[in-house]
Amino acid sequence: MFGLVLFLVGDGMTFAGLFAAYLTFRAVNPLPSGGVYDLELLLPTINTALLVISSFTFHRAARQLRQGSGFGCRLWLLITAALGAAFLASQMLEYFKLPFGLTANLFASTFYVLTGFHGLHVTLGVLMILIVWWQARAGGSINRESHFGLEAAELYWHFVDGIWVVLFGIIYLL
Amino acid sequence: MESTSELPVSLIPNHGSWLRYLSFSLDHKVVGIQYLVTGFLFYLVGGVLAGMIRTELATPISDYLSREVYNEVLTMHGTIMIFLWIVPVVNGAFGNYLIPFYVGARDMAFPRLNAVAFWMIPPAGLLLIASFFIGGASQSGWTAYPPLSLRTPALGQLIWIFSVLLLGGSSILGGINFIVTILKLRRPGLKMMQLPMYCWAMLGTSILVVLSTPVLAGTLVMLAFDIVAHTGFFNPAIGGNAVVYQHLFWFYSHPAVYIMVLPAFGLVSEILPVHSRKPLFGYTTMVYSILAIVFLGLIVWAHHMFTSGTPPWMRLFFTIATSFIAVPTGIKFFNWLATLWGGKIALNSAMLFACAFIVNFVLGGITGVALAQVPFDIHVHDTYFVVAHFHYIVYGGTVFIIFSSIYHWYPKITGRMLNEPLGMLHFVLTFVGFNLCFGPQHWLGMNGMPRRVSEYDPQFTLMNQISSVGALLMALSTLPFLINVFHSAWRGRVAGNNPWRALTPEWLTSSPPPVENWNGPAPHVEHPYGYGLVETTP
Ligand SMILES: [Cu+2]
Repeated sequence: MFGLVLFLVGDGMTFAGLFAAYLTFRAVNPLPSGGVYDLELLLPTINTALLVISSFTFHRAARQLRQGSGFGCRLWLLITAALGAAFLASQMLEYFKLPFGLTANLFASTFYVLTGFHGLHVTLGVLMILIVWWQARAGGSINRESHFGLEAAELYWHFVDGIWVVLFGIIYLL
Repeated sequence: MESTSELPVSLIPNHGSWLRYLSFSLDHKVVGIQYLVTGFLFYLVGGVLAGMIRTELATPISDYLSREVYNEVLTMHGTIMIFLWIVPVVNGAFGNYLIPFYVGARDMAFPRLNAVAFWMIPPAGLLLIASFFIGGASQSGWTAYPPLSLRTPALGQLIWIFSVLLLGGSSILGGINFIVTILKLRRPGLKMMQLPMYCWAMLGTSILVVLSTPVLAGTLVMLAFDIVAHTGFFNPAIGGNAVVYQHLFWFYSHPAVYIMVLPAFGLVSEILPVHSRKPLFGYTTMVYSILAIVFLGLIVWAHHMFTSGTPPWMRLFFTIATSFIAVPTGIKFFNWLATLWGGKIALNSAMLFACAFIVNFVLGGITGVALAQVPFDIHVHDTYFVVAHFHYIVYGGTVFIIFSSIYHWYPKITGRMLNEPLGMLHFVLTFVGFNLCFGPQHWLGMNGMPRRVSEYDPQFTLMNQISSVGALLMALSTLPFLINVFHSAWRGRVAGNNPWRALTPEWLTSSPPPVENWNGPAPHVEHPYGYGLVETTP
């Protein structure tokens, strides 16, 4: 688990580098005419809600397992995965509705690379949850006594969630 | 993740056969030797490239290589030497071989991850070399500054990015493994302050690796987007900002210097006490110096950018922070001298290289402090003075320690001693060649010869020719070394368990050691430097 924490620290540093680049661009590079740093907030706010709720549902799944309810655990895992998938769908919807493409200007490029990199993390997270869901079936390798995989996936999911909250604050609100 | 400190022999493929060195081995000693040999092969490639550079520079005109090829050669020389020789060897090779011994473990914390990390290196290196032959290698130097890197042949630059990402990934996996091994796998009762100094050096280095390498990865992905998708992150022509690349790049690449040199600090701290029969002087201050260097190393990166339009407050901050690094580094330097002082010094090959390291490193350190001062730096920026400074640190410092370490641990690794006269010849050729090659470059830089050019003003001819002769001696020095390594493996004097009568745990087992390091329980070493305090057995 300590190894995973170190990995996430490194991963977090990648995001920190990208955020720093974004903030510097924003501070010193004026956009060409027509470029704006403001975005529609409705979908991203819903997205934030989806991810924050999914952190709680994942926590719930882990608690169900500790209390001995394999069924409850798997149910809440599915709900978490569904919330993650809904986030990805909604993110795609936002991409399609945006009036600019990847190369439109510096803001557009940074926006797509940052949210895309985060989206990649969410995609991996959803896959991880589905794997854990499969392993938590009756007779699977994850059970009340042995649940390292579940805890690792949970830590990762909270990390991805936390990164999103920072990203939302920096890119959408600031 | 489960910690596999108990590793069944059956898990090690081709156990006992040399084929295990070509396999996905989980034995930390096999992985360490894989790193060492692979790294050395790339050192030979990088050395041939260096020889091509010095051949071109023997005359003031561009006559031996075309300018484009010269740029490719200097880019590949830097990239290969840093990412495929020094970083993997001084971290991966000695770290994997020694750290489990030092913490009293049977293997690394994550043996499988370890093998994965190693096997990322050969494909990355081969790919990099292959880029010479498919459309031309990158020409933008090991720093890959945009907009230059956006104009160099795109395929070569993309291969360069991909290779460096692979090597960086390997380095991060290795770093995580070292941190967990040192903090979590220590034999019960072994305190942090009883660890051999190399453990502390590797802990500090690995922290730098985990914190800074991911930033480089993110930056290179953005650079790749600029090349492939024509985004404009770092392209001023379409509204981007090339200076941001420099900041992000040096946020990794200044710590990278410590990733190359801190492990060498650790290794020399193991070697000096053994061959001078004295305890390491100032253990505690050594530990805090390492931690201080790690912290300061993270906040000095913009000293590479004093000519990049850096605002005055930034210049002031980075000059002061950089100058501060001289304090912990100086502490270590004086501790090494104090370790030697009054010792029963055995001037064998390992010790000669280690003492020469101290000399070279203090020269490189002094020019480093000079370069940290803005008024001086502005004059010599991008001249041969920087090249000289850098090579005094990474070659005169780290590579000398790599050779010292090979002389010191070869008996443990192979069970046989290296030949001393050949070792001395290797040392003399290397030391004279190195100083002839890089010493005059200080003068060249001070007098204004820019780096990374294949032709120069004829007034610089003599010094360049001296430098090229030095390079030739360095190339020749490889011969006695190679003869020694091969001949001694076969005919060398049998070493026995502990030919140096050393106290650190790797010597308290057979040479070469058994698969799980000790046939009995791990020895209890409370005083790894207790020379004169503890009985030693040969
Ligand atoms: Cu630096």
